[in-house]
Parts: sequence; structure tokens; C-alpha cells
Amino acid sequence: MTLEGIAETLRSLWGLWLMVLFLGIVFWAFRPKNKDKLESYGDIPLRDDDNEER
Amino acid sequence: MTQATMAQRGARTDATPDYLDDVVKKFVIAATFWGVIGFLAGDYIAWQLAFPVLNLDLEWTSFGRLRPVHTSAVIFAFGGNILFATSIFVVQRTCRATFFGGSTSGNILFWGFQLFIVMAALSYVLGFVSGKEYAEPEWWLDLYLTVLWVIYLVSFMGTLYKRSEPHIYVANWFYLAFIVTIAMLHLGNNLAIPVIFLGGDSFMKSYGLYAGVQDAMTQWWYGHNAVGFFLTAGFLAIMYYFVPKRANRPVYSYRLSIVHFWALIFLYIWAGPHHLHYTALPDWAQTLGATFSVMLWMPSWGGMINGLMTLSGAWDKLRTDPVMRFLVSSVAFYGMSTFEGPLMSIRPVNSLSHYTDWTIGHVHSGALGWVAFVSFGALYYLVPVLWRRKSLYSMRLVSMHFWIATVGIVVYITAMWISGIMQGLMWRAYDSMGFLQYSFIETVEAMHPYYVIRAIGGLLFLAGSLIMVYNFWRTIRGDVRNEVPYESAATAGARG
Repeated sequence: MTLEGIAETLRSLWGLWLMVLFLGIVFWAFRPKNKDKLESYGDIPLRDDDNEER
Repeated sequence: MTQATMAQRGARTDATPDYLDDVVKKFVIAATFWGVIGFLAGDYIAWQLAFPVLNLDLEWTSFGRLRPVHTSAVIFAFGGNILFATSIFVVQRTCRATFFGGSTSGNILFWGFQLFIVMAALSYVLGFVSGKEYAEPEWWLDLYLTVLWVIYLVSFMGTLYKRSEPHIYVANWFYLAFIVTIAMLHLGNNLAIPVIFLGGDSFMKSYGLYAGVQDAMTQWWYGHNAVGFFLTAGFLAIMYYFVPKRANRPVYSYRLSIVHFWALIFLYIWAGPHHLHYTALPDWAQTLGATFSVMLWMPSWGGMINGLMTLSGAWDKLRTDPVMRFLVSSVAFYGMSTFEGPLMSIRPVNSLSHYTDWTIGHVHSGALGWVAFVSFGALYYLVPVLWRRKSLYSMRLVSMHFWIATVGIVVYITAMWISGIMQGLMWRAYDSMGFLQYSFIETVEAMHPYYVIRAIGGLLFLAGSLIMVYNFWRTIRGDVRNEVPYESAATAGARG
């Protein structure tokens, strides 16, 4: 099989690669190791400007 | 009765940058103004459908010309100004950086966009349209908007670039996805050849580059993703900032918001073909569109759960804070209409619902319930903050607006469900001889009462928005209405 043939085959499976990429993102997001770091970002809007509260 | 305004800027902590808020104020006023105009136009054409004499027998006021005025006014003028206002407000605060380009780029965007709206509306009424739904402006206006949009993109990304907060908050991801994708859709769908360059005599007119089914597919690739990235991604950004902000608690799950974002990005772009079921579009493309539409349940419910559960442990705010009620109801409507949408994209369901009023009802449960309600929530939050007032003029009026508008929406969408399903069933009914049972005019006659009910629903929604305008006017003047507060002093103190 030529290199072009391999590239062609891999390219035709684009749906699969996108799915793998997406599942990788899900894995990264829900990995227990990343939990504290990611959840801490939720505070960003609450830390912004105290004088603005009603 | 005039209240003291908030503390001066000098009293703030040193770390707070001098945010560009003047332009945000202008966008807020413009959004409110265009919202009322758009709702008014929509209700007027709703009455036109019930009573055609309201077309006034003039070409400029006929349904065909006023309908794009309504859709563009509510989507691009109201929704667009809301997105400009909130994105400029949110990106500065979550990045802790001032707006890139400062008041110069802010004012170019503001006045440039208002000019675009006025020119688009005038050109529709005068009959100069490209004939593409939600992309009606002709080629010269498209080019003008492209320039504005590049300024917007550069200003937004510049603000992200100079942020002092290390992480880019998720609302900004949604805003950026909205800006980038709208640019791509706008350029892709509006490729056209102006007749003036080919010896034609009209500067105004152009013809699209695509023909036949390619044209249809490009149009609905644009149309559906305009819903997905303008009316969904952009307004989800509003949800991810204003719901946590108003509830004063972080979003339920930041990790879920990441998955929500990427699921939306990966899936939405493929759903367009469901607008072209049972057409010349190849079956595989139709099935692809329907499949991706059904998969969209995933991000839509993930997002809804994330928005609603942010209130977990603070559900009393629904009782005590009418602004929160707008925000939370909008998320519930988001879940409801994005549940209905994939259902309608399934081909057998679509064979009943397509071309009927069911579609109109579906669009409005999303547009009024989700987009407009989350916008109202954001506006009610923004006005006292931007004008440095302690509170809105009246929370009771916010509650009144909420209930009048909610009843209006429910009346509207139930009328359209009944009318639409009836219409679909009448179109497909056969008699014993195999002939169509009803003529087209019989379906129109049968729909008349529902058209009247729908127009009444729209009138209620418009009335609610006028209450909001009054509330804003008095708030900006610095008045506070003498009324029974929602919160007792004890609970207000506990909230900190």
C-alpha cells in the first residue's frame, strides 16, 4: 500500500478521528486529577468586581 | 424619590481595571429599543396573517417585506445588540482587562452596527433582498458587515490576549465560537455576483453563486448554524456568566461546561440538512442531518442541567428574585425547545411538521422563551450595574413582565402547535376515492382562530417588553418604587 493510499484510507475515517478527539476531551475534562483545577475556574465571574453587586 | 448612586470608581480596589462600560450602556439601550421594534413588527405581521387587510394594499407594508424586517430586527438588531453588550461586558470582567481598541473600536462597532440595521431594514422595505432567509441583505451590505465583524473579532481576541486572568472563562469560549462561526457562515452563504459587474444596470442586485440543491444546502447550512451559533452559542455565553453571577454561586459543573462546549461545536455544524427533508437533497445527507440533530440532545440537556443545577441549594431565589426567574425559565425553555427540535428533524415527524405552523411555534418557544428571556435577565442585571444604581426601579414590575410574557409565550406556542398539527393532518388527508380531502383555502380558514390567538400571545409579549422599558427608564433616572420587597431584611443580609 502506498503512502497516498494509507492517507486516503485514514482520511475517509474522519468521523472516527473527530469522535476520538471528542472522547479525548471528555476524558481530559472528567479525569479526577483535573477536577480541582477545572472546577476552580468556575469562580472567575464571582471574583470580578465587588463594587458592582446590587 | 432618588437613591444614592453607587460608590465612585476611586473607591474600588486598585486591581479593578477601568472597564469600557459607556459602549455597553449604548448597546443595552439599543437592544431594548430594537427589541420593542422587533416584537412590534412581529405582532403586526401576526395580525396581518389573521386579517390580510392590514397589508394596507401597499408593497412596502406587505407581509413579504415586513416579515424579514421582523426576523432581522429580533435576531440581529435585538439579539445582536445584546450579544455585543454582554460580550464586551463579560470579556473585560472575566479577563480582568480593558476592551482592546478601547472606546474607538467600541464606538465604531456600536454606530457601525446600528447603521447596518437601519440600512438593512430600509432595503427590505424597498424590496432589495438577496432572497436568502435570515441572510436577506444584499451584497454591498454583506461586505460592510464583514468589515465590522473583523473589527469585532480583533477587538474580542485582543481583549483575550491581554487578559490578566490566566484561564479563559467558558463564557468567552462560547462568544468566540459565535463570532468566528458567524464570520464563516456569513462569507460562505453570501457569495454572490453583483449584476453591475456583468453589464447589469442595478447596483443593488446580485445573484448567488450556487444553484439548485447546492444553493438550498448552503442556505440551510447557514440558517441552522445561525440558530446554533448566533442564537445558541452566543446566548449560552450569557447563561454561563449571568446565571452564576446573579445566583452568586459558581456554575454547577465547570467540567460539564467544557464538554457542553465541545459537544455543541462538534455536532451543530452538521445538522442543517434536516431543513431539506424530502427534497432533491440526497437521502444520505438528510439522514446525516437528522442523526446529528438527534445527537444534539446531548449538549442541549448537558447545558440545561448545568444552568439549572447552578441554582441547586438556592432555589428560594426563584421566589425572591424575579430576574433569576427570567434566567432560569430561559434555561428551561432552552431544554424544551432543543428537545422538540431534534424530534422534528426525524423524517417521519418532519413529514407532518414541515411547512406548517408547528415550525413557527418551535422557533418561537426557542426565540421568545430562551433567547429573549435570557436576554431580559441579562438586561435586568446590567442596567443597575452599568448606571450604578442600588437596584432596579421595581422588582414587582419585573415579576409582572415575567408573568405577562410567559403567558404570552404559552398562548403563542400552544396556538401554533394546534394550528400546525391540524394543518399538517389536513394537507395529508385523503377521501375514500383517493383525492385530497381539503383544498388549501380550507386549511387557511381552519387556522384563522389560531392566528388570532397567536397574535394575542404576541401582544402580551410586546406589552411585557414595554413594562421593561418603563422600569429601565425609571431605574436610569435613579428612582426606586415604594413597594413591598421580595426579601426580608434577614434573608437579604444572609445573602451578603
